[in-house]
Amino acid sequence: MRIPTSRLWCACAALSLMLGLLLSGISQAEERFIILQSTTSTRNSGLFDAILPRFRAKTGIEVRVVAVGTGQALKNARNGDGDVLLVHAKPEEEAFVTAGWGVKRFDVMYNDFVIVGPANDPVGIAGLRQAGTALRKIFQTQAAFVSRGDESGTHKKERALWEIAAVDPLETGGRWYREAGAGMGATLNTAVGMRAYTLTDRGTWLSFRNKADYTILVEGDPQLFNQYGVILVNPAKHPHMKAGLGQQFIDWLVGPEGQSLIAGYTIAGQPLFFPNAPGGE
Amino acid sequence: MQDFGQAFSLAFQLIVSADPMLSEIIFLSLRVSLSAVIIASVIGLGIGATVGIVRFPGRSAIIVFLNALMGLPPVVVGLLVYMSLSHAGPFGWLHLLYTPTAMIVAQTVLVTPIIASLSRQVIEDLYIEYREQFLSLGVPPKMAVAALLWDARYSLLTVALAGFGRAIAEVGAVIIVGGNIKHVTRVMTTAIALETSKGDLALALALGLILILIALSVNATVSLLRLNASNSAYA
Amino acid sequence: MPSDVETLQPERISTDPAQSLFPLKVRQLVYNVGKQRLIDGIDLTIEKDRRTIIMGPNGAGKSLLLRLLHGLLTPTEGEICWGETPRVDQARQRQALVFQRPVLLRRSVGANLCFALKLRRYTRAEREERLRHILELASLSHLADRPARVLSQGEQQRVAVARALVLEPEVLLLDEPTVSLDPVSVEAIEELILAVHRRGTKIILVTHDMAQARRLADEVVFLEQGRVVEHSLSRQFFQQPSAATAHIYGSSRVVL
Ligand SMILES: Nc1ncnc2c1ncn2[C@@H]1O[C@H](COP(=O)(O)OP(=O)(O)OP(=O)(O)O)[C@@H](O)[C@H]1O
Ligand SMILES: [Mg+2]
Repeated sequence: MRIPTSRLWCACAALSLMLGLLLSGISQAEERFIILQSTTSTRNSGLFDAILPRFRAKTGIEVRVVAVGTGQALKNARNGDGDVLLVHAKPEEEAFVTAGWGVKRFDVMYNDFVIVGPANDPVGIAGLRQAGTALRKIFQTQAAFVSRGDESGTHKKERALWEIAAVDPLETGGRWYREAGAGMGATLNTAVGMRAYTLTDRGTWLSFRNKADYTILVEGDPQLFNQYGVILVNPAKHPHMKAGLGQQFIDWLVGPEGQSLIAGYTIAGQPLFFPNAPGGE
Repeated sequence: MQDFGQAFSLAFQLIVSADPMLSEIIFLSLRVSLSAVIIASVIGLGIGATVGIVRFPGRSAIIVFLNALMGLPPVVVGLLVYMSLSHAGPFGWLHLLYTPTAMIVAQTVLVTPIIASLSRQVIEDLYIEYREQFLSLGVPPKMAVAALLWDARYSLLTVALAGFGRAIAEVGAVIIVGGNIKHVTRVMTTAIALETSKGDLALALALGLILILIALSVNATVSLLRLNASNSAYA
Repeated sequence: MPSDVETLQPERISTDPAQSLFPLKVRQLVYNVGKQRLIDGIDLTIEKDRRTIIMGPNGAGKSLLLRLLHGLLTPTEGEICWGETPRVDQARQRQALVFQRPVLLRRSVGANLCFALKLRRYTRAEREERLRHILELASLSHLADRPARVLSQGEQQRVAVARALVLEPEVLLLDEPTVSLDPVSVEAIEELILAVHRRGTKIILVTHDMAQARRLADEVVFLEQGRVVEHSLSRQFFQQPSAATAHIYGSSRVVL
């Protein structure tokens, strides 16, 4: 039997197109927004929920946050899929700007990384002042350690710490070192489930709800410092991007209002981030 | 774990209080997945009917291909759609990335092979049954296709439901192309993923329970439709 | 009843009504499935006016022959020639076949008949009128809104016959159309067939029912294992069956 295939297809295509246009029309109605490529740890800390509404109230600009690993955020921004970048991997950020993908990098705030583990601390690293020493002890006892393993800022920091500890966890080939290949929250869930040690940023840790009996064991080492930077994606590379709105957001974030809002964001009385933009406060 | 009980009471509270954030997420989930299923049905039925009825060289290869595509991992679909809709990609000029439309596109890609493949089987079976009779009656092709689709409508509805089930439950594709942006592209599954990553397992599970409720009510609506039409007699 | 049937008759739609469908000539017809020779060299010439009855034991190839004549199957060898029409599928558009196992759409009885009516260019009013009419003729009025698939076997067969009739074919091919019918319905269907035949429709009917064959046949084609064993006028067939036929229907000789 012969089927009027072409007609059928024309009808199908027309219908899909109509539906598509209709639906895209709905979503494109709002134009005063920017896309902020950021990291899961920042989003999960709840900081954006606390400060972005204030920015919107003031300027009418909606900041749409896409939270992925730092590596992916940089890649997305390079593709032009974001207007502003807020991540925490300073060397990569500087390379991004040097390569011309970003206009300029500003320090925004910092917090720190901590090593968390079960309260009974079988390895006995609690209270150590040096992260490197703690990691070395974990390696020597072959206690379980969960790594992000996703090329995120936290993962990069962790690798730097292993170098300080003079241990190559991948080379040693033990089953003690597990790579989760996931975001911070998922990695924490894994660590808690496996009763393993792990490295996390303080912000995610404080807002994390599935702590069980886990506590912070190592903190305060200057090596654990975690600097966040903000970059405007270079409009010269991506003409469509909203440079003006993006710059407005950056100015606000590193300016007095943004900085004081960051300082004021606390969970259970503890601040999660410490503003340190050069121009703020 | 105490999380189970907590999750149930939390789910109940969320529903009773008609949490505005929750209803926004539910509405977006339904809008995205239903649109995707409708578009995928139009395309998928077109493919299914064509492959089910017309014999052409390479047909069985296409059937195998379609069947294989049913197992397409959502993340891969998400990645492909991201790469096409990214501003660096071929369709970047549409500015669709990180919008509900992008999520609809991704889910459409995900669901179309399912609808095409399953409807192909349904339509082909019915066609084999009707073929000689239609030939004998001299039914023109257009009318024959319409009759096949109409007579298979209840089976095809089930096919669409299978597609809907896959769409509403997937997270891998929408989280990549939608970005899980609060108030813009956050749907049930990405919200669940988010709450899980925040370690708020009770809230995540509560959302999961509500997702199950939604899927259940959609399915119930459809079976009511079928019952009303006393479909058993027509099937 | 026959007067009712008159209104069912043509204004026919066909490829070229000028081309006669008769005589139907079948030459050295062979139909194989794999290596099995299911139709094994049939030669037949069939004229327009007679009611042709095809008989033969189960598996003789009667249904296959009807399908071949109707152009639903392509012969492996040999040829089928409907009068002046060059191709069998063109002839098919002027015929209707009632299958041994009727295939009804998953719809109501009325919708099934309407479906066939839509194949002809009737106005909506005409369609409804004809629908009502054929439902009455086939005593199906009370079943019009019933899903066709839940009808009894006999009722389904009546729907199938009714559907064939609304098409107003020049040739009506019937494959055991009354096999599950009650005596009253059998009589009604036979009346319909006779009436349609009177209006000039060629009848080719397969049956196992001797009594029915006697009532309807002008000529009988007797098949066995894919071959024509006997082809004769009904008087001769029933009074002096050939030795071969008699042998095959050995125990039924009384009936013959
Ligand atoms: N597609 C097929 N493949 C293989 N064998 C077939 C096929 N179709 C029919 N046959 C065989 O051909 C023979 C003739 O079949 P047909 O249906 O014509 O018989 P029949 O004379 O109508 O019998 P009955 O009186 O039971 O209706 C049977 O033996 C059947 O098994
Ligand atoms: Mg038969």
